[in-house]
Amino acid sequence: MTDTAKRPDLPEIPDAVSEPKRRFSVQLVWIIPILAALIGLSLAVKSFMDRGQEVTITFKSGEGMEAGKTKIKYKDVQIGEVKALAIAEDRSHVIVTAEMYKEARGFLVKDTRFWVVRARISGGNVSGLSTLIGGSYIGVDAGTSKQPQEDFIGLEAPPAVSMDAPGRQFVLHADDAGSLDTASPIFYRRMQVGQVIGTQLDPDGKGVSVRVFVRAPFDRYVKASTFFWHASGIDLTLNTNGVKVNTESVVSILLGGISFQNPDEALDAPLAPPEAVFPLFATRDEALKHVEAAEPFLLVFKESVRGLAVGAPVDLRGVTVGEVTRIDVVLDGKRSEISIPVEVELYPQRLHAHQQKGPQKAKTHSNRELMDALVAHGLRAQIKSGSLLTGQLYIALDFLPKARAGKIDWNSAPPQFPTMPGSMEQVQKSLMQIVQKIEKLPLEDLARDAGKTLRSLDATMKSADTLLKNVDSSVIPEARSVLSEARQSLDDVRKTLGETRKTLGGANEVLSADAPVQLDLRDTMREVSRAAQSLRVLGDYLEQHPESLIRGKREDKK
Amino acid sequence: MAAHCPRCGTGLHFRKPRSVERCWALLISGYILYIPANLMTMMETGSLISYRKDTIVSGIVHLWKTGNMMIATIVFIASVVIPLLKLISLTLLLVSVQRRSRWRPKQRTRLYRMIELVGRWSMLDVYVVTLLAALVQLGSMALVKAGPAAVAFGAVVILTMFASMTFDPRLIWDPLQNEDSHD
Repeated sequence: MTDTAKRPDLPEIPDAVSEPKRRFSVQLVWIIPILAALIGLSLAVKSFMDRGQEVTITFKSGEGMEAGKTKIKYKDVQIGEVKALAIAEDRSHVIVTAEMYKEARGFLVKDTRFWVVRARISGGNVSGLSTLIGGSYIGVDAGTSKQPQEDFIGLEAPPAVSMDAPGRQFVLHADDAGSLDTASPIFYRRMQVGQVIGTQLDPDGKGVSVRVFVRAPFDRYVKASTFFWHASGIDLTLNTNGVKVNTESVVSILLGGISFQNPDEALDAPLAPPEAVFPLFATRDEALKHVEAAEPFLLVFKESVRGLAVGAPVDLRGVTVGEVTRIDVVLDGKRSEISIPVEVELYPQRLHAHQQKGPQKAKTHSNRELMDALVAHGLRAQIKSGSLLTGQLYIALDFLPKARAGKIDWNSAPPQFPTMPGSMEQVQKSLMQIVQKIEKLPLEDLARDAGKTLRSLDATMKSADTLLKNVDSSVIPEARSVLSEARQSLDDVRKTLGETRKTLGGANEVLSADAPVQLDLRDTMREVSRAAQSLRVLGDYLEQHPESLIRGKREDKK
Repeated sequence: MAAHCPRCGTGLHFRKPRSVERCWALLISGYILYIPANLMTMMETGSLISYRKDTIVSGIVHLWKTGNMMIATIVFIASVVIPLLKLISLTLLLVSVQRRSRWRPKQRTRLYRMIELVGRWSMLDVYVVTLLAALVQLGSMALVKAGPAAVAFGAVVILTMFASMTFDPRLIWDPLQNEDSHD
């Protein structure tokens, strides 16, 4: 540039005029570093603001987790990331350090739950298949607590029910867990309405607590009077009613489950509060039995109770109103007798329901008065054979008019109910009576009389014999001759009839369509008609050619 | 001294005007942006089976670990060493010029020429990322996204190129002539 300014050979071009240096010399170029600083600062601030919160989660194993890769997801949306995996000092578990995104700060409260989502096949369903490809991640169930927390203990299995699922939880007590497990279904009228959250052995080891979750809106069917039972597998019972197979659904056969139901009359019962505790019965029948108030009674039998089992029904004219709960044997030393006290439980409510359909006035009748009245009318307990095939017995209550007077002994515990010897015993007794009567019969006298009678009978028979012989010799020959004559005349009649038939047959032959006479006649008629035809031809010819009579027939010119 | 071209009015200078000052400004901007360029995500790659976010260094480490040592070395040199060398060399030149150092002017001039020559090759990283991000868009099957570091890194490379352009190498020789430096 300096060179061109000095060249004089381009006179039209004016010289560049130099200017004095401007004093104000803060250069615009400094805006660039300021901008850069601003950008850098804003990035820093942004990353600081976006910086999530660090939490630690403790797991039993770090299977499938990788620092910097494993994500933390809530409802399949990423809300954090695992930053580091470390082994606890006592080497018993793994501590996962994770960074939660800024938006996920609300999740970090006391009752938030974390678990590792892996592919799982359990409880009849398959979950987490996407983790087979994408790697496992940590699932989160947001807690509802307000208390913030940064250290969590991870669950080893995903929770069956997330916190925000509407519904209620209940606790069931059972003798054993059966085939129940987490995620076993819960049925109401064979619809799945919930699932088992967990099973736990009671601290005293005497039972099992099953925590269940019933989804809304089905949880309103769980009332205070609701009863639950195991719907696990196949319930096959063999009793006096025969074989009975009871199942809930195919799923529950394989996996087990729980069903619940309300007693029919308790549909408007109050709702059960959350966390309410219910007993869990083994079968529906058992549950039904226990719903009603049972009243124990003692029945004392003297006869054999072979075939009577605990659980056998107590039956009132075909309606089961109770069951046998205990069978004992008592030796009575004084009278050297054996008596068999059988404890039964009766459901007087069923009697109420069947006997008094009227208004609730019946309730004023106490059970005792009612039972006393029934017994006074002859209600007795009896052992009866339910099935000849299985030999099982049941206890029947019925009104026996012939019963000896008896009443319920309310003083003994449980109250003793009057019994009658059962039908088997009665049969035996009446058989004995028959035998005794037979023994009492004057058999020898009878035999003697019979001998006499036989002898006189013999004489009578002999005289009858002679009488018959007489008849034989005098009457029979004559009768025989009469008979032979009659036979001859009959033979004559038969011959005459045969001839008549022949005559008729001849006539028949003549008249029938294929009879030779008919055929001949037909042929003759045909001949005659032909002759007539040729006569007609001849006549015609002669009419046209009368000369032919003289000259003879001309040759045809054809 | 400043002048204007009498024809088009463009400012005329004997030397690159305010060379040192402008160079410093651009260089400092470069330094500032070099930090996020290395700390933030350069590239997000996602596929069906994996998803990862890489900074420049973590990407190089990943390449090295997976056996691509050649490529790792190339990326390391192009993306880490050269920008850093450029920044440091320019700083060295500026400091030496401002202190009117007479130390090895020939080598310093050669260094400057090298910086100018090599500078644009640092864009390799940015090219790779932008090309991949544009080409690999297979939905959920595979995904490549440029991170914020790519922008910062690109800015660093451009700023250092400008810085080396604004630097006037004649300043290196000025102290030897015992003259006042011109603007």
